Amino acid sequence: MDNTASNAIDNLAQQVVSSSIDDPLLIGIHTGGVWVADILHRKIGFNEELGTLDISFYRDDFSKVGLNPQVKASSLPVGIEDRNIILIDDVLYTGRTIRAALNEIFSYGRPASVKLGVLIKRTGRELPIQPDFTGMELDLDNHQQAKLYRDNGKLGFSIDETSSI
Amino acid sequence: MRADFPVQFDQNGKLRHFLTIQGLSEDTLTGILDIAHSFIDFGKREIKKIPLMRGKTMVNLFFEPSTRTRTTFEIAAKRLSADVVNMNATRMSTTKGETILDTVKTIEAMHTDMFVVRDRASGAAQLIASHLPDHVRVINAGDGRHEHPTQAMLDVFTIRQHKQDFSKLRIAIVGDILHSRVARSQIHALNILGVREIRVIGPRTLIPTDIETMGVGYVNNMRDGLEDIDVIIMLRIQRERMDGQLIPSEQEYFARYGLTERTLDFAKPDAMVMHPGPINRGLEISSSVADGNRSVILDQVTNGIAVRMSIMAHLMGGQEKSKWT
Repeated sequence: MDNTASNAIDNLAQQVVSSSIDDPLLIGIHTGGVWVADILHRKIGFNEELGTLDISFYRDDFSKVGLNPQVKASSLPVGIEDRNIILIDDVLYTGRTIRAALNEIFSYGRPASVKLGVLIKRTGRELPIQPDFTGMELDLDNHQQAKLYRDNGKLGFSIDETSSI
Repeated sequence: MRADFPVQFDQNGKLRHFLTIQGLSEDTLTGILDIAHSFIDFGKREIKKIPLMRGKTMVNLFFEPSTRTRTTFEIAAKRLSADVVNMNATRMSTTKGETILDTVKTIEAMHTDMFVVRDRASGAAQLIASHLPDHVRVINAGDGRHEHPTQAMLDVFTIRQHKQDFSKLRIAIVGDILHSRVARSQIHALNILGVREIRVIGPRTLIPTDIETMGVGYVNNMRDGLEDIDVIIMLRIQRERMDGQLIPSEQEYFARYGLTERTLDFAKPDAMVMHPGPINRGLEISSSVADGNRSVILDQVTNGIAVRMSIMAHLMGGQEKSKWT
């Protein structure tokens, strides 16, 4: 694992453990969030399998960009009613993914609480959403993109310049 | 092929209306089936709604009677969070002499976003689509004898649920092909998806004379027709569309072309039985087969919701580049 990514995961795991949440249910957001959550799940140990969310159907830019043809199934191992959820994503940027994920979670029921953990907290928020657990922070301009990749099971990230939209 | 139905696509080649299966690519059909697959489990959620059509208004415009198609379209649109208006033809101003286009334009002036249209005239949905502003979407829910494309999509979806590989399948469509828009759409869809063989079975009077040009073989009896068949699609005998003595008598039709435990034995042991509904029990299919364990007739109805959600979502979505990763 890329040394920086590996430190960030350790950080994140450390914070999740010290939060001592009662019987938490871990849920990762496709695709990068599931990779991170999967490592946390193995490192920390939870009572149930990892839950996964694909928030494609809850995105707020659907009328502009349409459907993602590679939609993956959302799968929650148990009912979420009255559970303490830890939601995991790779990069927190605008906050719109998390808003969509919260909407999807509530379509399954009413959890007791939801905490947010991210591997990378970067600049550029467009909504009032902040993480409870943070692996690392990055100060990036809007034309820069932090992207997680997985190579032979090891996580790393790159910072790419994107053309302005 | 695309040039035959240009109104179905926008200038970038993206699907804008869903009027006919003819001219669609295998990728388009597969894309619709894949998304429909991810909608299947939404029916089991606590809140059966996703926001893809929030703030949009869909109008069910049925100039012919329908129960399951209209209802599943309504449920599908509501699960996508759309507002739904049902317009019943018998109570509408078409009976006061207004043309179908005037009716549609009047409703569109109320800022509606999507029309689901069924009409007895072939080409009705296409006519409507070509007279509406660019942002309005039209779905054909059956036009005369021409096509019923969403029914064909839910049928191929149901087949894919049970039999994975289309290229290995031999499929028989039995009954009144001549009057059946469902059969026409099914034949196009199955050909695009590359099935091994399509056979139609029925009395010659109920088979279009040019059927072989559609890539289909014709067999006039059940014993030969069902041999080696993986999927049997029974069609409804459409008494209301019969304008002549096309079948000898209902008893004789059932004896020769009805699907019963006995005739089902001619097909493969794991052949599945489909019917678009509504069923005429004892005319084209026996109750024991329709309700038996090889029948997927009720699965077809359930799947209709997810497939129609997928088609609506495909039409409503934009195509700009996403800022999100």
